[in-house]
Amino acid sequence: MKHNVYLYIAIMAITSYLIRVLPLTLIRKQIKSKFLRSFLYYVPYVTLSVMTFPAIMNATQSPIAGICALLVGIVAAWLGAGLFPVSVLCCVVVFVLELFLV
Amino acid sequence: MNTNRQVFREGIRDGIPIALGYFAVSFSLGVAARNAGLSAFQGFLASLLNNASAGEYAGFTVIAADAAYIEIFLMTLIANARYLLMSCALSQKFSQETSLLHRLFVGFDITDEIFGITVARPGKLNPFYTYGAMFVAIPAWSVGTALGVIAGNILPVRVVSALSVALFGMFIAIIIPPSRKNRVVAAFVGISFLASFTASCLPLIKNLSEGTRTIILTVVIAGLAAALFPVEEETEAQNEA
Repeated sequence: MKHNVYLYIAIMAITSYLIRVLPLTLIRKQIKSKFLRSFLYYVPYVTLSVMTFPAIMNATQSPIAGICALLVGIVAAWLGAGLFPVSVLCCVVVFVLELFLV
Repeated sequence: MNTNRQVFREGIRDGIPIALGYFAVSFSLGVAARNAGLSAFQGFLASLLNNASAGEYAGFTVIAADAAYIEIFLMTLIANARYLLMSCALSQKFSQETSLLHRLFVGFDITDEIFGITVARPGKLNPFYTYGAMFVAIPAWSVGTALGVIAGNILPVRVVSALSVALFGMFIAIIIPPSRKNRVVAAFVGISFLASFTASCLPLIKNLSEGTRTIILTVVIAGLAAALFPVEEETEAQNEA
């Protein structure tokens, strides 16, 4: 290996940190523009949705188990279950279904 | 002081599912690190300082190829660019008085999951909540990576498969309650699912990395939502409560 692994890691770390911390430190005020405020209001829901599906199907051994976890999770969250219960429930669904599917 | 301690504890409570998911995922990341020639300590360090699954994975492939330093910079930039958006969104969650120091610390661990639970908290952010979650999530992530390097995949495949949906379960628990209260949010959650699925099948677009697709879709869909359904400040407050 010609390159230094620690230098690689340092470059990764500094790059990731700047990406994360610059907006937080530079945007100190409430944004006035209604469009931007609305945009940032929708960002988390859209991002998390985009990342959840279809990725949840590829995370498990059986895509069907992934889909079922998604559906059960949605129902549970709709009925008012919190972060931890929904999360555990999804894991249990996958574990049990894959006993039969895989 | 007392409330900070309690908020910190709440952060730990919500950070535990994140930590469990991280532990499982970072194991496989550790295997990738080992394949790239990293030692357990180097894997630990990379995870401790980066806290990014896709970003680190991309970085390890660059290290494995012994490519130029500029490549790992560009790769990290692209794989982690979504955190820039999240950081912008999070900036609006801080009270204006929040000190620079708190911003520097909270910024350190803006991941998909920590961002998710932080932004879902009602009202202005007390940084101690995020610290609580970081307190359990960061060790799980970095130690998991190191163990992955040392032991390969010692967890049975079944267990890894089940644990790997823990993180998605949390995402679901974050996006569904506001969807129930606000039909526009519900509609755009559905649209995002559909668009994301479509993008993963379309030629050309499907070849983009998952991180890049996430950014493009987020900007387009959230932009559309903002243009068509601008949010009144009351709705903002209502949904946070």
